[in-house]
Amino acid sequence: MVESKPAEAGGKAAYEKTVEKFLQKAPERKAAFRTGGGLPLKRLYTPEDLEGMDYERDLGYPGMYPYTRGVQPTMYRGRFWTMRQYAGFATAEESNARYRYLLSQGTTGLSVAFDLPTQIGYDSDHPMAQGEVGKVGVAIDSLADMETLFAGIPLDKVSTSMTINAPASVLLALYIAVGEKQGVPMEKLSGTIQNDILKEYIARGTYIFPPKPSMRLITDIFEFCSTHVPQWNTISISGYHIREAGSTAVQEVAFTLADGIAYVEAAVKKGQDPNVFGKRLSFFFNAHNDFLEEVAKFRAARRLWAKIMKERFGVTDKGAQMLRFHTQTAGSTLTAQQPENNIVRVAVQTLAAVLGGTQSLHTNSYDEALALPTEKSVGIALKTQQIVAYESGVTETVDPLAGSYVVETLTNEIERQASEYIAKIDGMGGMLTAIEKGYVQQQIQDAAYATQKAIESGEQIVVGVNKFQVEEQETDRSLLKVDEAVGQNQVRKLQEMKAGRDNLKVQSCLEAIREAAKDEGTNLMPKILEAVKAYVTEGEICGVLREEFGEYRENIVL
Amino acid sequence: MSERKVRVIVAKPGLDGHDRGAKVVARALRDAGMEVIYTVLRQTPEQIVQTAIQEDADAIGISILSGAHEYYFGRIIELLKERKASDILVFGGGVIPEDDVPKLKAMGAGAIFGPGTPTSVCIDWLLSAVREKWEKESA
Repeated sequence: MVESKPAEAGGKAAYEKTVEKFLQKAPERKAAFRTGGGLPLKRLYTPEDLEGMDYERDLGYPGMYPYTRGVQPTMYRGRFWTMRQYAGFATAEESNARYRYLLSQGTTGLSVAFDLPTQIGYDSDHPMAQGEVGKVGVAIDSLADMETLFAGIPLDKVSTSMTINAPASVLLALYIAVGEKQGVPMEKLSGTIQNDILKEYIARGTYIFPPKPSMRLITDIFEFCSTHVPQWNTISISGYHIREAGSTAVQEVAFTLADGIAYVEAAVKKGQDPNVFGKRLSFFFNAHNDFLEEVAKFRAARRLWAKIMKERFGVTDKGAQMLRFHTQTAGSTLTAQQPENNIVRVAVQTLAAVLGGTQSLHTNSYDEALALPTEKSVGIALKTQQIVAYESGVTETVDPLAGSYVVETLTNEIERQASEYIAKIDGMGGMLTAIEKGYVQQQIQDAAYATQKAIESGEQIVVGVNKFQVEEQETDRSLLKVDEAVGQNQVRKLQEMKAGRDNLKVQSCLEAIREAAKDEGTNLMPKILEAVKAYVTEGEICGVLREEFGEYRENIVL
Repeated sequence: MSERKVRVIVAKPGLDGHDRGAKVVARALRDAGMEVIYTVLRQTPEQIVQTAIQEDADAIGISILSGAHEYYFGRIIELLKERKASDILVFGGGVIPEDDVPKLKAMGAGAIFGPGTPTSVCIDWLLSAVREKWEKESA
């Protein structure tokens, strides 16, 4: 037996004294240490920092309230997170080929990137679509394109995430229609639509309609899916873009959960039960560089949301209390300088997402600061996840960083500061008002500007950018380029499709949508589903809704 | 007489919603003493050129991360020519592959600043390019 030695005399006081002496010989690198998000970091954390913390109350057990340690009882010992790579470009044919490649490489869920005209409700032949067709994602105008996009991919076997917001109802309807053609009933479909309009006003920019009708479209989807598409995640409340726009980690949690509160309130006001629709809410966070802070952020978000659902909305259903989330590594941390270094950044961020307990993950490709990723770089990004999953060992026990003095302290601190923001937003009258006033946008822009200044002053180091630069040789960078002919071909296909459909039926479908839009009590989803099946285009549907709802105008905040 | 201030339009053409870079640059130019007009998202080339002429701008800074840069730079520069306003400098940044930079410069873009460029580099370039333009005008 090992004899236990008495602790060195003096304990913490003696340590402090030693440090004081030590600092005279060897000062620390900086006067103050902070996390990437600006939270102060002490030299050392000890059990003292966790005084007052109650294990059962504050951490509990995985799969149990308040879910700090994860949403499933066995986490990755059961199955790994879904490795879901966001992809899509040019035409439906080319994107379909990329999806089949990803599935053959072991990806376990699809994630569709749409081009900007599709995201903003314009068909490919609209004047505003010029120059943009097929650029940042796939162009989808009608059911014809959607059929091609999922050709040979059985929709009862994959789960599909679609990054679509303002016109989310239309794309969900298109997916349901393709499923039907494959013989898969909508009850069996699983996947996610982003459908998070509030962060579009705050940070991402692909809004169409003003907030009020936008919120109605969202609650219509909640209601429709509760009955007809029960396995569908009806929204992915996204902090990702808020962080990419420059927010801190605390702001990412605060503004995302404040958006979540606004959606729950809107649906409750319509008489929906948060115990039911609450189960289908999902979240989407960023995995940034500061490893410890990021792990703490995910844990804090999970605990805070559980409390909000339980205490604020009286939710008793466990599934509706859980914050389930997708993660993407931080595009904004990737550099155009020495792009291969980005592979390492993504690996660190992947580890943070996994130790934070993510349900699915997209890893960025190292060449994203240069152009759209190539097949090779996408492959490396996916392998990064597989290495963390199968080789690192961090998946073999649940929530392994729990109990770390610093991780628990940061978890507490992020939760505390995010709660303060939420209280402030409540005081302003809620998130819609806070956005209309430009408060949220201003907070994020101030943080973004501070980051830029910190990098330029050298206070914040970015390897290869403001330190350790190298003279870069012209490397053989094969970048993906979207052929300009894509736009013309897409327009030609659209016109051919329009000539071949029943245009009387199209008109009656559009009139039905117009009537439903005028009446808040009618759910728009069934009308939109009817329309897409008749090959009414996305632009035609959104065009009618634009006429009825009007368009949002940005409130400039600088 | 007060010193003449550089007037610059910072614009987001097309449907791209990534405005972090544009807003950071707009703020940095303003902090450097310039008069900055930031357009909202989703500006057409016509709107951008109209604003620049109306505001008597010295330069237009274009931010594009959607890959549609060739179209938008080309169209804006063409419209400036049509409106006999080619003296307005055009520069920009965003996610623009290096291979495309010579093409944009051949169209008439004065400078393209890629990711990671310090704002001071952009400010210095703009100040000296605008000064050169003013000298030409008064000569």
